Amino acid sequence: MNSVVKRLCGGLIAVACGMAFFGGAMAQGAPEAPDVLVKRLVEDVMATVKSDKDIQAGSITKINDLVESKILPSVDFKRMTASAVGKNWSAATPDQQTQITEQFRKLLVYTYAGALSQVRDQQIQFKPFRADAGDTTVVVQTQVVNTKGGEPIQLNYKLTKEGDAWKIIDVNVLGVWLVENYRSTFAQQVSQGGIDGLIKALVDKNAQLAAQKGKA
Amino acid sequence: MKTTSPSASCRLFLALALLSGALLSGCATTGQGDPRDPLESVNRATFQFNDQLDRVVLEPVARGYTNVVPEPARDCIGNIFGNMSDAWTAVNNLLEGNPHDGGSDICRVAVNTTVGLGGCFDVASGMGLDKHKKDFGLTLGVWGVAPGPYIVLPLFGPSDLRDSAGLVVDFETDPVGYLYPVWQRNTIEVVRAIDARSQLLGASDLLSGAALDKYIFVRDGYFTRRRSQIYNGNPPDEPDDTEVNPLQTPQQPAPAAGAAPRKTSFYRMLNPDPHTLGTSDAPRPDDGQVALSTD
Repeated sequence: MNSVVKRLCGGLIAVACGMAFFGGAMAQGAPEAPDVLVKRLVEDVMATVKSDKDIQAGSITKINDLVESKILPSVDFKRMTASAVGKNWSAATPDQQTQITEQFRKLLVYTYAGALSQVRDQQIQFKPFRADAGDTTVVVQTQVVNTKGGEPIQLNYKLTKEGDAWKIIDVNVLGVWLVENYRSTFAQQVSQGGIDGLIKALVDKNAQLAAQKGKA
Repeated sequence: MKTTSPSASCRLFLALALLSGALLSGCATTGQGDPRDPLESVNRATFQFNDQLDRVVLEPVARGYTNVVPEPARDCIGNIFGNMSDAWTAVNNLLEGNPHDGGSDICRVAVNTTVGLGGCFDVASGMGLDKHKKDFGLTLGVWGVAPGPYIVLPLFGPSDLRDSAGLVVDFETDPVGYLYPVWQRNTIEVVRAIDARSQLLGASDLLSGAALDKYIFVRDGYFTRRRSQIYNGNPPDEPDDTEVNPLQTPQQPAPAAGAAPRKTSFYRMLNPDPHTLGTSDAPRPDDGQVALSTD
């Protein structure tokens, strides 16, 4: 009996909070909530990929278009790059920073292309979103479920609030934050060949990936 | 014919791997590597060996398997092995004090073994009983055992001291290891290995594409993933993880440099790194002169 009352109250509070949040959102010219944003993006991308044979075949041009038109507006690539470079970032000149960002973006798009080409029967499940009103960095948790069974793949998104908009700054696959995972490699490159060494390593890697794509 | 103890060869292999790691650690140079990886040079060699072996043998075999065996059959085979590992996952979840997941795992095995025809169909996932994957290394981690140094095991790949010990227990409790006659057991072991590799085909493509230095990428990913698994996917932030936002530059470099020595100060003491020493956060008197001279 007690638990029923508790649940009912919980439900009512949730509804009230939801309305308050919604009201607040409306008042501010409706900035999209982070979980809503991720959901919209993911569903949009999945629908596009499932209906496009070229993307499934790993076409870099098509995937670049997809990234430019749908994903880029909601991702802060510069912030991602800065975070991967870590404390060496401030040692780079603005020009070097632009180059690293550009090359890192290419590398991530290649990786992303590989991942998208594997999308077939998967479905994305969204876990309950929890965040406090004042949070400026949140994590939206999802998992990729294969309809034929098997272990769900954890896929989380880290977003930060920039002005009124939320931007994705890292992606967690199977418990590993992708951008964070680049940190020690990047630091190693910088310690070996300076910032230019890092840029060269990225350029070489992208050239190598482009050559592989050409062959395939 | 003498009866072979379960996975005796595997255990021998592990023991040798651990021993060789321990012996070689003496000559392993620890230039400016990661403190979690004192055996880096040995590990890199083993990693190279595994990579080569994978490229020449395992991957082609796994690709052949996916080309020859139709998808429904592969799904069935994978699910049967998955069902067997679910039982061990259930035990580990219970040992970790995770009765909710453990109970769900027991239900999974019960449902999939019966309705799912011996595990061929993963009916339970469709019923909302999500699959988990636990091993004894994770259980040890939950009990508070530290990962210890990173170890790349021949054939088995990335591991650490704790997980290698856990792997021995995983082998001991594996029912396949107790199968008799030996040829049957070996056949199943081989099919299981091929199945496991075939499920990773996509992932390994991605990995070699994404990484600048595959060894480091895999190593760092291994530690992060295992830690995440120990906390059931929701690890608390490590003090080191607190994100530095280098785009906000008004602060002096002090915080970034101040955060680093937490676990490396002892390590740095042993391995003074000229690069980091050179860019120390302490204000240098010659800063102004450098700026002038470049003008």
